[in-house]
Amino acid sequence: MHRFANPARFLRIARPATGWLLALGLLLIAAGVLGGLFVTPPDYLQGETVRILYIHVPTAWLGMSGWSGIAIASLFTIVWRHPLAGVAARAIAPVGALFAFLCLATGSIWGRPTWGTWWEWDGRLTSMLVLFFLYLGYIALAAADKERGPDGRVAAIFGLVGAVNLPIIHFSVKWWRTLHQGESIELTGSSVAPELLWPLPLTLVGFSALFGALVLIRMRTELAETKAEARLKRMVTQ
Amino acid sequence: MRAAAKHQRLVLVLLGLAALIGAVLLAMWGLADRAAYFRTPQDIAAGRVPAGEPIRLGGMVQAGSIARQPDGVSVAFVVTDGPASVPVRYRGIVPDLFKENSGVVAEGRLSPAGLFVADTILAKHDERYMPPQLGNQAAEVRTKDTVER
Repeated sequence: MHRFANPARFLRIARPATGWLLALGLLLIAAGVLGGLFVTPPDYLQGETVRILYIHVPTAWLGMSGWSGIAIASLFTIVWRHPLAGVAARAIAPVGALFAFLCLATGSIWGRPTWGTWWEWDGRLTSMLVLFFLYLGYIALAAADKERGPDGRVAAIFGLVGAVNLPIIHFSVKWWRTLHQGESIELTGSSVAPELLWPLPLTLVGFSALFGALVLIRMRTELAETKAEARLKRMVTQ
Repeated sequence: MRAAAKHQRLVLVLLGLAALIGAVLLAMWGLADRAAYFRTPQDIAAGRVPAGEPIRLGGMVQAGSIARQPDGVSVAFVVTDGPASVPVRYRGIVPDLFKENSGVVAEGRLSPAGLFVADTILAKHDERYMPPQLGNQAAEVRTKDTVER
């Protein structure tokens, strides 16, 4: 991993990867959304509202993966003092927050016609809302921590501690009785009929690629800002 | 020295995480009862739900139990989780997905006579998604696993 401690080496891979990920993401999202809107049949109970799942599930997955990424980057910051880990975590946070918010919003829009309510304080909904607030807290804390110094340890500790919410979100529907249904797709199989399921992998991979591209863009921006600041400082002192 | 410091930090972080996960698991275990979103007919049958207290009751709507009342705005039905069932009364508009053999969560109070008077009815969707032809067959063999969750 320390091969990438040199930003130049990281950028040599990140620059072309950004474009490819963005193109792949948009293509797959378009295919999945078109398939999900026009090709798949409606659900036997929910009717047309089922189609929101092709957006809701990827945003939930990325909202949670985003924090997993922050936690892993935090570990690299604390243990190995990797110089890019903090940049990566700060780049992920607003993107993860956006996807967590989209997950809550699409879920709410689906809940109104399906359950008959926009919002209920059940285990799954509440723990996902907590994740969104953790992101907001992390963004503020990481920005303040960066002002303080370059090691970013305070934000990293918060990133690791916040990760305990991830298993809570995942298992909330198993541990407690919730209004939210259980897992439809597990390693052992899926309770979604195949003719309804197929656009989901497309949007899952598509939004993941888009997420990756957004994070890379933000990382490159921060590296470029750091470089510009260093150059300005040199100009002033000369 | 560098490698040793790294090693020490790694061990510290792992110990910290283990302690944190342990604490959270304990808290979740303690919360299990309070965090449940709804009570079941079995809870009521076992006398764990005092009458007159606001609770949510969850379960399946028993087949053939939905009866529209003569006043035109009330509905009576039975919520069951298999071993136990509770009669429910509700005045108002039910959600579209409120159906027999389907999951439901009712908010309201238990009367001393054992009738559950609901103020709000929510439909509980389960984790199965299928096209209409398949769904109608599957509805015949509906299980009660939604209730167990």
